[in-house]
Amino acid sequence: MADSKKKNKTPKQQQYAKFEQQFETKRPVLKNCIKAFFVGGLICMIGQFISYLYIYFFHFTEQTSGNPTSATVIFISMLLTGFGIYDRLGQFAGAGSAVPVSGFGNSIISAAIEHRTEGFVLGVGGNIFKLAGSVILFGVFSAFVVALIKTIFLMMTGGL
Amino acid sequence: MLRGKQSWEFSNHPVIRSTGVAVGPFEANGNLTADFDVIHDDLWMGNTSYEQAHRMLLEEAAQTALKKSNLKPEDTQFFIAGDLINQITPTSFAARDLQIPYFGLFGACSTSMEGLALASFMVNYGGANNVLTGASSHNAAVEKQFRYPTEYGGQKPPTAQWTVTGAGVGLITNNPLNDEKLPYTTSATIGKVIDMGLADPFNMGGAMAPAAADTILAHFNDLQKDPSYYDLIVTGDLGKIGRETALALLKEKGLSLDSNKFKDCGLLLYKENQPVQSGGSGAGCSATVLYGHLLNEMKNGMYKRILLVATGALLSPLTVQQNETIPCIAHAVSIEI
Amino acid sequence: MLPMFFWAFIIGGIICVIGQLMFDVAKLTPAHTLTTLVVVGAILDGLGLYEPFADFAGAGATIPITSFGNALVHGAMQEAEKHGLIGVLTGMFEVTSSGISAAIIFGFIGALIFKPKG
Repeated sequence: MADSKKKNKTPKQQQYAKFEQQFETKRPVLKNCIKAFFVGGLICMIGQFISYLYIYFFHFTEQTSGNPTSATVIFISMLLTGFGIYDRLGQFAGAGSAVPVSGFGNSIISAAIEHRTEGFVLGVGGNIFKLAGSVILFGVFSAFVVALIKTIFLMMTGGL
Repeated sequence: MLRGKQSWEFSNHPVIRSTGVAVGPFEANGNLTADFDVIHDDLWMGNTSYEQAHRMLLEEAAQTALKKSNLKPEDTQFFIAGDLINQITPTSFAARDLQIPYFGLFGACSTSMEGLALASFMVNYGGANNVLTGASSHNAAVEKQFRYPTEYGGQKPPTAQWTVTGAGVGLITNNPLNDEKLPYTTSATIGKVIDMGLADPFNMGGAMAPAAADTILAHFNDLQKDPSYYDLIVTGDLGKIGRETALALLKEKGLSLDSNKFKDCGLLLYKENQPVQSGGSGAGCSATVLYGHLLNEMKNGMYKRILLVATGALLSPLTVQQNETIPCIAHAVSIEI
Repeated sequence: MLPMFFWAFIIGGIICVIGQLMFDVAKLTPAHTLTTLVVVGAILDGLGLYEPFADFAGAGATIPITSFGNALVHGAMQEAEKHGLIGVLTGMFEVTSSGISAAIIFGFIGALIFKPKG
């Protein structure tokens, strides 16, 4: 993304960009990756544990336990978001807390909580998908394209 | 009087008669607690929205400045101020309650000096006897508008800065005698918009450094002075990265500043252990530090002449989404005692 | 059972590291990163690779946002097998409903009971 902007820069601007780079605090990539790995792995492990609870105590199967597990993880992220913990976790873990489905929940719940001051209909309702909207839009659309291609392919090769 | 290309000299020495500074809890836990007049212990300050709390900060700062001079709003001719929120509504709503003829300003984080320059000009040339000027910001209101909901688990990079929750207001008065030996403004340099092509909204210091350098150079050129004239040159919110970049830029252009006499409000405000990444920022940053801390230091004899260069990044969330770069501006005002 | 915990940890961690690299090296925003991961999940399920991956990694594959893309394609394909092309539209949210429903419902409840703390 940074490179595509370079094409439109004047020589002076390109020179400044290089100049400024030397003073920029570099992101601690390795440290961030390690933190993301541990927190992300931990959240998935907790998800696995919840999944087993549903399988052994609530008669779900390995295939069907995914849904209640997601819902439970999102419930937990609501509590963490509401109590002001998830944002601190996010600063620490980065993708480790953003990539799991708890991050998806946090993006929706934090937007809802934030915009309550603008009322429930226009504020909460109008802003709740501020952050998650792109995930839902592209998730649905890409699934549509993939499934369409696959279905047509299977139809043509007699698979369906 | 116009000096050079873009500077004014205030030969009548408009006096900064009194000031008011109101801040939030995070700033109260920083380095400059003793210099603040009003301290709140949470971001809502008893209101039902962050934006209302933002307005309250500015109102309290303005009322404090008036009270310290034993003046009422009706004794003041003009109120010149601004903030970062859309359509500068917190400032306009504060102006509504103050009922003083109002100039709303937008210079992003450079608003404080934009206001002080204009207020000084008005008072210097008899356009007003008393002018209230200031700037303010509120961390949560700004995050909500410019970045992410405050409870969102986003990760800020080390180049990011922390928006100050605070308001700083000064009362500028026509008082040529100045018996009380109060600080007074002597000149101002108005900045041009400078855009060196940086586009990362999480690295505003780097984007603003060229504007700061440009205005500083223009100031010394216009007024035929050199850096040794000042005891301290302070930028508004360049932060760690912007400050180092600006120093190097100025050196390249032939102006070597003493690093010990070149400070930044965003770096002065917070303690080392406060999680502010590259330092404080926001329209309230330079305002709270100048009208609170720096003027106190001058009154205590620490500095006789300072140059305050407030820097602003003139972006919006929309321009970022449209892949625009970040144009910046810096305004400088010199204060002596 | 225990090996599953180990693999959930490792695989979940790795997917998050990929996300972190997208943040820090590619300098993508969280929205861009998560959107890309969802699309990748959808494509992998289209290629038939996500299910075996989930069997092996358990929650390490079903908790990250990539599984959302996977679930959408899965639902679409299930319906398409029964009803042909129109099934692609009608089946999409069958498998994944709980994630979005939960987020919306808890989002609203959250807005009712919580105040942001800045």
